[in-house]
Amino acid sequence: MDRRLQFAFVLLCLGLLSSTARSDLVVSKAERLVDLNSHIVRVLSKLKVENEGPDDVSEVLLALPDAQAKNLAAIRTFYSDGKLGFVLPTEPIEPKGMPSDVTYYSIALPKKLGKGKTVSLDVLSIFTRSLKPFPEEITQAESQLVVYTDNMYYTSPYPVKYQSLVFRLPGRVESYTKYPKVELVKSELRYGPFEMQPAFSYSPVVVHFENNNPFAVANELVREIEISHWGNVRVTEQYTISHGGASLKNGFSRIEYQARPYMRGASSFRVLIAKLPARAHSVYYRDEIGNISTSHLWDDSQRTQLEIEPRFPIFGGWKTTFTIGYSLPLHDFLFEADGGKRVLNMTFGCPLDEVLVEKHIVKVVLPEGSKDITVATLFPTKQSEDVKYSHLDILGRPVVVLEKDNVVPEHNLYFQVYYKFNNISLLSEPMMLIVGIFLLFVACIVYMHTDLAISKTSSSYLEKLQWEEVQATVQHIKNIFDQYLAAHDKLESSLRDLSRSGDVQSCKAARKAADAQFKELAKELKPLLTFLQSCSQASSILPKIEELVTKEKEMQEKEMAKHTTVVDCFEKKLGGKDIESRIASQQQKLTSLKQEVESLLDSISEI
Amino acid sequence: MATSKVEGSSSLRHAFGGVLSVFILLLIGVVAFSIRLFSVIKYESVIHEFDPYFNYRVTQFLSKNGIYDFWNWFDDRTWYPLGRVIGGTVYPGLTLTAGTMWKLANSLNIPLSVETVCVFTAPIFSAFAAWATYLLTKEVKGTGAGITAAAILAMVPSYISRSVAGSYDNEAVAIFALIFTFYLYIKTLNTGSLFYATLNSLAYFYMVCSWGGYTFIINLIPMHVLLCIVTGRYSSRLYIAYAPLVVLGTLLAALVPVVGFNAVMTSEHFGSFLVFIIIHVVALVYYIKGILTPRLFKVATTLVLTVGIAVCAVVVAILVALVASSPTKGWSGRSLSLLDPTYASKYIPIIASVSEHQPPTWPSYFMDINVLAFLVPAGIVACFLPLSDASSFAVLYLVTSVYFSGVMVRLMLVLAPAACIMSGIALSEAFGVLTRSMKFHITKYFECSHTEAPAKLGESTSTESSAPLENMTKSDTTEKPEVARKEKVARRKQKKEKELTENAHVKPVSAKKEKRPLVLPLEASIVSVFLLIVLGGLYVLHCVWAAAEAYSAPSIVLTSHSHDGLHVFDDFREAYAWLRHNTEVDDKVASWWDYGYQTTAMANRTVIVDNNTWNNTHIATVGTAMSSPEKAAWEIFNSLDVKYVLVVFGGLVGYPSDDINKFLWMVRIGGGVFPHIKEADYLKDGQYRVDAQATHTMLNCLMYKLSYYRFVETDGKGFDRVRRYEIGKKHFKLTHFEEVFTTHHWMVRIYKLKPQKNRIRGKSRKSKLGSKSTSSKSGGMTHKNPWN
Repeated sequence: MDRRLQFAFVLLCLGLLSSTARSDLVVSKAERLVDLNSHIVRVLSKLKVENEGPDDVSEVLLALPDAQAKNLAAIRTFYSDGKLGFVLPTEPIEPKGMPSDVTYYSIALPKKLGKGKTVSLDVLSIFTRSLKPFPEEITQAESQLVVYTDNMYYTSPYPVKYQSLVFRLPGRVESYTKYPKVELVKSELRYGPFEMQPAFSYSPVVVHFENNNPFAVANELVREIEISHWGNVRVTEQYTISHGGASLKNGFSRIEYQARPYMRGASSFRVLIAKLPARAHSVYYRDEIGNISTSHLWDDSQRTQLEIEPRFPIFGGWKTTFTIGYSLPLHDFLFEADGGKRVLNMTFGCPLDEVLVEKHIVKVVLPEGSKDITVATLFPTKQSEDVKYSHLDILGRPVVVLEKDNVVPEHNLYFQVYYKFNNISLLSEPMMLIVGIFLLFVACIVYMHTDLAISKTSSSYLEKLQWEEVQATVQHIKNIFDQYLAAHDKLESSLRDLSRSGDVQSCKAARKAADAQFKELAKELKPLLTFLQSCSQASSILPKIEELVTKEKEMQEKEMAKHTTVVDCFEKKLGGKDIESRIASQQQKLTSLKQEVESLLDSISEI
Repeated sequence: MATSKVEGSSSLRHAFGGVLSVFILLLIGVVAFSIRLFSVIKYESVIHEFDPYFNYRVTQFLSKNGIYDFWNWFDDRTWYPLGRVIGGTVYPGLTLTAGTMWKLANSLNIPLSVETVCVFTAPIFSAFAAWATYLLTKEVKGTGAGITAAAILAMVPSYISRSVAGSYDNEAVAIFALIFTFYLYIKTLNTGSLFYATLNSLAYFYMVCSWGGYTFIINLIPMHVLLCIVTGRYSSRLYIAYAPLVVLGTLLAALVPVVGFNAVMTSEHFGSFLVFIIIHVVALVYYIKGILTPRLFKVATTLVLTVGIAVCAVVVAILVALVASSPTKGWSGRSLSLLDPTYASKYIPIIASVSEHQPPTWPSYFMDINVLAFLVPAGIVACFLPLSDASSFAVLYLVTSVYFSGVMVRLMLVLAPAACIMSGIALSEAFGVLTRSMKFHITKYFECSHTEAPAKLGESTSTESSAPLENMTKSDTTEKPEVARKEKVARRKQKKEKELTENAHVKPVSAKKEKRPLVLPLEASIVSVFLLIVLGGLYVLHCVWAAAEAYSAPSIVLTSHSHDGLHVFDDFREAYAWLRHNTEVDDKVASWWDYGYQTTAMANRTVIVDNNTWNNTHIATVGTAMSSPEKAAWEIFNSLDVKYVLVVFGGLVGYPSDDINKFLWMVRIGGGVFPHIKEADYLKDGQYRVDAQATHTMLNCLMYKLSYYRFVETDGKGFDRVRRYEIGKKHFKLTHFEEVFTTHHWMVRIYKLKPQKNRIRGKSRKSKLGSKSTSSKSGGMTHKNPWN
C-alpha cells in the first residue's frame, strides 16, 4: 500500500514537471472500458487526441505504469478514417526527458495531425495475471474472489480534458474504492466523468469481486505443425494446463462436488472448448497414460468444435497435462507463392477458449528437402531452427521454431511460412523402401546361390555334394518314369482310337514306337541305377527305386499283353463285350500297378 | 514334349506346395497378430493390468538411460524406504526385446513411442510362437500337422488371454522362447547336429532371460532324456541334444543377474545335473559295450554296478543332507506350491492371495482350450503310432503341463502349446486318413468309368455318328483336371503320411500294405470331414469370441453397456493422473500392493509395496496399517513417511475386485507377521461382512473407514452394491486422515495424513481448539478488506 502511494506521488510530481514539456497534444476525451469477465483483462480506451500546438504531429504516445506494463500481453490501436478501419503500428519506445516508471508506446499516425485537428483512436490493451485472488486459498465451497487494481485516471503523457472509467464485472462485488463520482449499475462499476486532469494523474482504484470464470492457464503449449505433401497437415498440441486462481485448501470432496457442482466447486473448471479449423479429422485427445474418453466433437462446414474434459475437475493450483492432435487437409492451408515458393498459412495461437499461454512454442515441421525458409508474423516472436527425424528420413526435416510468452486469444492470427520444395523429393522415401526390399530379395538369391562352405574337402561338404548328385539322379530317374507313364498313356489312347476307328495298322505302329521308347528308356535308366547303387547315401531311396523298376517292368508286360489281346481281338473281329471280358483281369492289374507306380514316384519326389 | 510337360508340372507342383505353405504360415502369423488387436480396437492402445506397467516402466528407463544404467538401476520409487535393485531382480528378456525393437525402429527413423512398441510386442511374439509351433510339430509329425498346430495355436484362448495387445508381460515372449527351445531340442535330437545344439542353448538362454518358467524346460528335457534312456532309445543324437544344453545353458543362465548362482544351487536345477551324470554313464556303457566282447561286458557291468551304486548312494546322501538343511528344501516358494498344491495356502498367504495362483476350475479348461481338450487324446494316440523320440517328447510335455495347469490357473498357458501340438497332430492325421480313403474311392470310381468307356464304344463302333463320341471324350478331358486337383490335395496329405512313416524308419512298402485296410467308406469319411470342419469352425468362433469379449479388457479402463449406450469407468487413470500432477514429486503413497506398479508407472510416485512382493514383512506392515484403527494406522504410515493413502472402492458402482473384498488377505498377511492382528476379530461367526452385524474391529479399521467415508451421503442409506447390503457404520468422522481426492465413480479414494497436532495441555483447551477449527470453515467467508 505504501509503495503504491509512493508511486502515485512520484507520478504526480513527474506529471506536473512534464505537463509543460509536451503540451502541444491534448487528450480531449478518454473513455476506458475494463472488461474483467475473464482472467484476461481487456482494456479498451477510446481516445480523442487534439493537436493544440503549432507543429504537425505524426506520433501519439501512450503511457502505461510499469506495474501494468509487465503484465501487458498485447496492445493494438485501431483507427478509422470514416470508411475503412485499420490497425496502426504501436511500438514501445523510450523517449527522453520523461518519467522513468512508465513504459511508453508510440502510435504512428497514418497522416500528420495538423494544428487544431483531432484524431480518434481505439486502443485495446490486454493484460494477464492482473487479477490477484484474495484470499489466496479457498475451500471447495467458496467462490473465488479477486482484486483488480488500476489508475482511476487515464495515465497519459498529455493532459486529459474529459474521461470516464467503466469496469465490467462478472458477478457480485465484494468492495471497491469509494469515490464521490462512482456508481454501481448491475454488473458495471462506473467512475467519472472527470474533467481537466493534468498529465500523469494518478489515483488508485481497487475492485474486489467474485470471478468464477475458468482461470485456465497453459504453463506451456507446444504446437507442432507437420506438413506432408501427400495432402495432410498434422497438428499436435501438448498442453500443461493449470488453474491460475485461488488455490484449494482442505482437500476435494467428491460428494459435495457431485451433489451441487455449481455451488461446491464453483471456482473450478471442468470443460475446455477448442475451436479447430473446418474439416479437421482424426482428432485425438490423450495424455501420457492413455486416451481420455471424456470429449465431444461437433463439426460443421464452418468449424470443428472439440469439447474436452480433463481427467479431473481443475481446482485452484491443480495442474494437468494432455495432448490434442488433429489432421487438416493440406489444400486449405498451403498455397503457391511468387517465385516458385510455397506458403503455409496457419493460425498462431492456441485453439482453446480464453486460455492464457505462458510459454507458447510453435514448431513447423516442413518436409524433408525444403529450402529458403522464411517466416512472416504479425507480432515479434523468437525464431530458431531445428531438425526433426521422422519416418525414414536421412537428412531430417527442417523445423521452424517460434516462441512467444504470454499469448492470449488475440494472438490467434495467421502467420506464414514460405519455403521451396521440389515434388520429386516426395518419391524418395517410397523409392528407398522399394530399393530396400529389392536388395533384400537380391541378397536372398545371392545367399541361395553361393557356396559358403569354408572347407571344400571336409567330409560333410563332400557328403552334401554327393547328396545333391543323388538328388539330381533321382530327379532324372523320375523323369524317365514319367516318360514311361506317358508311353503307357499313348498305348492306351491308341487302343481307344482302335475301338473308335478300327484302324489296326496305326495301333501296331504305336506299339512299335512304344517298344522302341521303352528300350531307349531302359538304356538310359541303367547307368543311373548303377550310380545309385554305388552311392552310400542313396541307400534309403534305393529299395524304393528298385521296387519301382520291377513294378514298371511288370506293368510293361501287362500293358503289352493287353495290347496284343485287344489287337488280336480286333483282327478276329470280336464283339466289344468279348474284348472287355478278356482284358478285364489284365485291366484291373494294370490299374493297381499304375497306382502303385504313381504313389512310389510321389514318395521318391518327396526326398 | 509330353515328358517335359509332366516334369514341369510336377516340379511346379512342389514349388506351388512350398509357396502355399509359406503363404499359409504368413497368414497364420497375420491371424495370430490381428486376433489380439481387439483390445486396441475396442478400447485403446494402452498397457494392461498390473505387471505390464512395471515392465513398461523398466522399458522406458532402458530406452532413456541405456543398457548399463539398466543393469545398475536401483529403484528408490518403490518399496520405500528399502528400494529395489531392478537390474538384479527382473527377468530382462522382455524388456531388452522391446527396447531393441524400439531402438531398431528409431535408428531407421521410424518414430514409434516406447508405449506403442510395448503394446504390440505380445501380438508380434504370438505370431513368432505360432511359427515356432509349426517348426516343432513339423519335427514331431510332419508339415501338415505343423501347419494345423500353428493355426490352432495362433488363436488358442489361453494364450490370447496373456498376449493381447497391451498385455506386456513376460509370458508374451516366454511362450515363444519355450516352444522355440523345444523345437531346437527336437531338431537336435532328430539331426544330431551340434549347430542346433548350440542354438538350443542360446534359445534356452533367451528363455531364462524372459521368464521364471524356464525351470519347466530344465526339468522337462532331463525327464525326456531319462525316458529315452529307460526305454532303450539312447543314441549319440540324444547325447548331443542334451549334454551341450546342460553345460552351455547353465553357464548362460548364470549370466542373468536374477538367476545367477541359483542356476547351480537350487533344487529346481538338480534334476538336470543328475540326468547329465546318468547320460554320461550310459554313454560310457554303450562305448564299452562296443569295444568289449559280450562276456567281458557282463563281468564289467557287475563290477561297475556295485561300485557305482555305492558311489551314487554317498552322493545322494550328501545331496539330501544339503537340501534338507535349508528350510524350504532348496525350492522357491512358487515351485514348492507347484509340487505341493496345498503348500502356499498353508505357509505363504501372499502367494495364495494371487488369483492366478489358484487351481483352475473345469469350465476354465473349456474356456481356455475349448475343443482341444477333446482332440488331445486323439493326438496322444497318434503320437504312439509310431512312437519316435520326438513324439514321446510331445506326449511327455503334454502330460507334465496338464499336471501343472491343474495346480495353478496361470500355468494353463504352458498347457496351451502342448494341447495345440497334440490337436494339430490329431486333426492332421484324421484328415489324412479321411481324405486318403475319399481319394481311394474316387479314383476307383473313375478307373471304373474309364474301363467302361472303351467297352461301350467298342459295341457301337461305326454305326453311330461321331458327335456324341467327341462329347464323351471332351467330358473325359474336362473331368481330368478336376480329378487331378483332388488328387493333388490328397497326395499332399499322403506325402506327409509317408514322410512320417519314413521318419519312424518303417519300410514304406510295409506301411503301405498296412494302410490298405485303413480305408473307410466314402460316405463315412465325407461326413467325418464335414464334422471335423464344423468342429474347427466352432473352435474358431469360440476363439474370436474369447479374444473379443473375454480377454480384451485392459482392466484399467472398465466399460459397461447400459440402455443409454456405453459407459466408461476411467477412474484409475483419473486418480493416477491427479497424483502425478498435484502432489509433490517425492511424496509417498501407500496402497495395497496390487496398485504399486501402476502407481509408480502412471503416477510416478514412490510406493511402499508393489506387485513384486519380495518382502513379506513390508507388505504385512501395510496390511496391518489397513486393518488397524485410525490412530494406530496413522502412526504406522507416519513412521513410513507416507503422505497419501490410496484405496480402491467399488461399492458405489459395483466393482467387485476392490480393497474391501481383498481385505481379508491384508488381515491374514498382516497377522502372519504381527500377531496382534487376528483374522477372527474381523469375522462374525466365521463370515466376512461389513454390514450392521460386522464386528467392532472391522467397522473401526482404517480400510473400512477410508472406503466408506461419507458414503452414506450418496444415497442416504449407504447401500453397498458389491456386497449388496447396507454398510454397518454409516456416520463417522476421520480424525487422522483427510480426503483429498475421490474419482468420478468413487472407485479410487485418496486420503492425506493430517499433520501432527501441536501438543496441548489440558482437555478443555483441546475441545476449544476443536470447535474453533470446525468453525473456522464457516467463518472463512468473512474476509477483511485488505485495502482499508
